[in-house]
Amino acid sequence: MTESKEPRWARSLFSELVEGGVTLFTHVPDAGNAALVRLAQESNKTSAVLLSAEEEGVGICAGADLVGARSVVCMQSSGVGNCINHLSLVKGGRFPVFLIVTMRGDYGEMNPWQYPMGQAVDAVLEAMGMLIFRVDSEEELEVATRAALSACFSGGQGVALVLSQRFLGAKAF
Amino acid sequence: MVDVSLDRRELLPALFPDPSEYLMVSGLAGASRDAAALTSEADNLFTMGGAMGAAVSIGLGMALCAPDKKVAVITGDGELMMNIGSLATVASAAPINLSIVCIDNGQHGETGGQKGHTAERTNLELMAQGAGIPGALTISHPEELVAAARFLTESPAPRFLWARVLPGPPSDWKRNWNLADCRTRFRDAVLTGSGS
Repeated sequence: MTESKEPRWARSLFSELVEGGVTLFTHVPDAGNAALVRLAQESNKTSAVLLSAEEEGVGICAGADLVGARSVVCMQSSGVGNCINHLSLVKGGRFPVFLIVTMRGDYGEMNPWQYPMGQAVDAVLEAMGMLIFRVDSEEELEVATRAALSACFSGGQGVALVLSQRFLGAKAF
Repeated sequence: MVDVSLDRRELLPALFPDPSEYLMVSGLAGASRDAAALTSEADNLFTMGGAMGAAVSIGLGMALCAPDKKVAVITGDGELMMNIGSLATVASAAPINLSIVCIDNGQHGETGGQKGHTAERTNLELMAQGAGIPGALTISHPEELVAAARFLTESPAPRFLWARVLPGPPSDWKRNWNLADCRTRFRDAVLTGSGS
């Protein structure tokens, strides 16, 4: 890990997740999750799976759980809306689904297309019974990640670790 | 019209003479009724009753995380079409222990038999090939079942079997709808080694 050129926060998040037993990182590419996914691709302890749509990652979390493994889904906030019906697996089946949501459409956003879904993320997740762990600064990341891991894989909850634009910085596209 | 003479209730018993060799997930409606009848709803089958479109993804998660097990997805044409992009995800992830069987009756049977895309124009074998799935086969007659069973054991994987069937009823099996119970039963069997 020491030789990695990825940002410190991404290395910290990745090592917390690995420590928490996560071996499979599914993702729809986003600027916000790119470093985390590269770390998952490079490590020999983890693998990364490219999704066509975010809801597939919810199903993969469930399949991993059924055989005793732990998976996470990395997505931009716009993908949360795609996941809604598949999150029935959480409320109905108590599957431990772990979303890592990198925000658009909040603090500092310049793209008007991003606001409707970005602003609906919390309401959508709460409606489906997901617990939200929001991170607005690097200092909050480690404790929020540990809390989310504990709630998900020990507590049997669906969780979303939401990395805000206040933390990640607003995009210029 | 498509030339089809295969009764769906003959399909799974011919394809899986020993279903206990597999971990299985079945998509909602008729596919789950057929799969539950095949296994007498055994611990190695997770049946779905919702989350339409998630069957292939659940099977992919199992296959990637249990590489020493054989995994089978049993689903219908409507369920598969809802997340047809998951075939590309399977092709890229390329698990060599995953087989997908689509029981295609060309209609949405559970909701009243409304015609589906595959009834006329949509070719799922070509879509699977186009997604990059290495093994893809179509059958529509009972005489092809022996070859289809061989395909599931011998062809390159991941593999996709498109079984076009008559629009008759699925197996008459009343399964457990409590998905939390189904999760616990399946998972406990895998983790204690009593499952497949």
